[in-house]
Amino acid sequence: MQTPEQIKDRILAAFPDAQVEVIPNGSPASQPSLLLAPTQARQIAKFLRDDPALRFDYASNATGVDWPEKTVKEKVKRKKVVDGVENETEELVERKTPAFLEAVYHLYSMALGRGPLVIRLRTANRADNAALPSLTPIWRSCEFQEREIFDLFGIFFQGHPDLRRILMWDNFVDHPMRKDYVPADAAEVLP
Amino acid sequence: MLGLGILRGLVETWRNFQGSYYDPARLTTVQYPEEKLPPQENARTFPFLVFDGNEPLAGLRCTACSICAVECPAHCIHIVKDTLKKPDYLGKMQFHPKVFNIDMAVCMECGICAEVCPFDSIKMDHVFELSGVDRKMILEKTDLAKPNDYFHKIHPLEAATVDAARAAEQRKAQAKKAAAPVPAAV
Amino acid sequence: MIAPPGIQAPAAVDSISHDLLEVAMGPHHPSTHGVFRMNVVLDGETVVKLTPVFGYLHRNHEKIAEKNSYLASIPYTDRLDYICSMTNNWAYVLSVEKLTGLAVPERAEYIRVIVAELTRLFNHACLAGFLLQDMGALGTPMMYAFREREKILDLFESLTGSRMMCNYMRFGGCRCDLTAGWLEQAATVVAGFDSFLDHFEALLNGNEILCARSQGVGVLPAGLAVNAGVTGPGLRASGVNYDIRKVDQYGIYNRFKFRVPLGRCGDVFDRYMMRILEMRESLKILGQALHDIPAGAIIDPKAKLRNLRPKPGEAYGRIESPKGELGFYLISDGGSAPYRYRVRPPSLINLTVLEDMCLGHAIADVVIILGSIDIVLGEVDR
Repeated sequence: MQTPEQIKDRILAAFPDAQVEVIPNGSPASQPSLLLAPTQARQIAKFLRDDPALRFDYASNATGVDWPEKTVKEKVKRKKVVDGVENETEELVERKTPAFLEAVYHLYSMALGRGPLVIRLRTANRADNAALPSLTPIWRSCEFQEREIFDLFGIFFQGHPDLRRILMWDNFVDHPMRKDYVPADAAEVLP
Repeated sequence: MLGLGILRGLVETWRNFQGSYYDPARLTTVQYPEEKLPPQENARTFPFLVFDGNEPLAGLRCTACSICAVECPAHCIHIVKDTLKKPDYLGKMQFHPKVFNIDMAVCMECGICAEVCPFDSIKMDHVFELSGVDRKMILEKTDLAKPNDYFHKIHPLEAATVDAARAAEQRKAQAKKAAAPVPAAV
Repeated sequence: MIAPPGIQAPAAVDSISHDLLEVAMGPHHPSTHGVFRMNVVLDGETVVKLTPVFGYLHRNHEKIAEKNSYLASIPYTDRLDYICSMTNNWAYVLSVEKLTGLAVPERAEYIRVIVAELTRLFNHACLAGFLLQDMGALGTPMMYAFREREKILDLFESLTGSRMMCNYMRFGGCRCDLTAGWLEQAATVVAGFDSFLDHFEALLNGNEILCARSQGVGVLPAGLAVNAGVTGPGLRASGVNYDIRKVDQYGIYNRFKFRVPLGRCGDVFDRYMMRILEMRESLKILGQALHDIPAGAIIDPKAKLRNLRPKPGEAYGRIESPKGELGFYLISDGGSAPYRYRVRPPSLINLTVLEDMCLGHAIADVVIILGSIDIVLGEVDR
């Protein structure tokens, strides 16, 4: 069973300048994921599918996740010089987490009976630069799923053969699964 | 021979057709509404509120804790607590609901409200012939309250278990009260 | 030619013109298994292009799940593939158990296998019935299948209270224990199912019309099936040996002896035979499970019904549902509702290859090919 770290090493051996990062997973399921840079994603995906030791020929699930900007308060230890004496103080620092949309793919190998390998692609932001390379030319199973991510999240997949809305009607504006989506008729039914 | 497969199939349909005159396994249609299948013990449709005794609203087991309203997946239960407290079957003072509405248009009959209720007060009914001539879909406290005898009639095993558990708790509470020291006269 | 008053007579045509005709099949269509539309471009009767259009049953289940607690999503999963509610429940609770690390007691695992295989039995029987109805058999095989399905639905009603929307599995086990006499009743149903299958096959397998309409129709090559993410009986009919019960061995499937049938060429007939053979294998699993089920608890003592707050992390859990690989991808941020809740719908992904299978066939075959994929719109659209 190859761990994501071993797979990352294998990818780096084939593409030395690739940016691959292992993202840990806090749950007991322990399925850590590989974060790939969008520019090299399609080459690496093809390598994952065709390499004889990996043979990830089956993309089971492709999904989108919305990560809006969040303000996180953290305690940071800082060394401060007060009256000539160096003190270590704890300060409450606010920082904003980056806002992006993410496409997560779960890959399995039917030939070798392995998996899952989780790969993630992140967009630059949630506004004007929400484009990612489509992995449909590599795994055809992503065809409808990437259309759904485009429809519900707004990630534009470059290279997708037929990118249009799939679940919402064609003239619909907005992306329902985003965290800041407000439905047109927001009145909830209360008895 | 061409057609042998179709002929073999026709033998099957002939068996079923013949059998439907005398074999109960072949004639499975129940002629509803003249014949009705008896409902199963566990069958569930919409929820109702159980009350003990003869007074519907005074005997309601519900204490307006709102756990069912919070856990309901469809958010169809609306509860408003009453300011008065009344004693329950253990003698403990509990709130009562002033308003308890269930929107039956939204309820999906999942049974989670009955599962999470800590007071055995909301249970699942099994009536499904609910066609009506008006549009009344929001049932209030008075419509939902049904006696414990009705609960025994529709779910005998479950009602017996609930009653046994409540009786055991009552006995334990009374034993505790009897064993407690009598306060000294002032 | 004499034209009616007010209408101009059309000009005479020299040659027979050759136009492509675009037909919208559905969404109101008796053979599309739900609200599903196919825009089919026809050259005469041959399909030249086919575009599936769906979303008519989209209820945004994934967004509702982000607002409700983990427990409250269980009844919603019943309504995904509304025919197979038990397997939907199992896929979801499996993912939550992976996310939280809850253990399932042995008796609960056996009960889960029993109800899942019963679900697989009636799903495949009904699929065979629906497929034959699409071919024109007008209800006879379907009614025979439904007769057996009624017996299994009675079992589910006595166990869970509801025939279809069972809401039975819980995190760490099952909601309630088997009632008295349930195992005996289930054993009777399973014992009678074998002879039902013998008669069902005698009715259908050799039928010349079935063979002529389904053999060689809608062929799905194995390489395309794997690349397009087709799973379930459709994948195995193309000859690929991938059954998640054998690969992942989730639950206690490693204790049961059963085989995985494989098809030869992946046409409609192979997909139909796959269902029949898988029903036989399910009966073997049921026989073993009903015999070996132990007594004991049915839910993990550490499991909480209310206020489940898994630690931040994510998990992907999948099962072999009767339609294919049903998976749930959950991301938790430590709150009482999931941050991201995703259903991996087998019916939707199996539809990727619908156009490939239909090109070059007559329009009558489109209905049969769609029927053999086995879709349920509740799952496609969520």
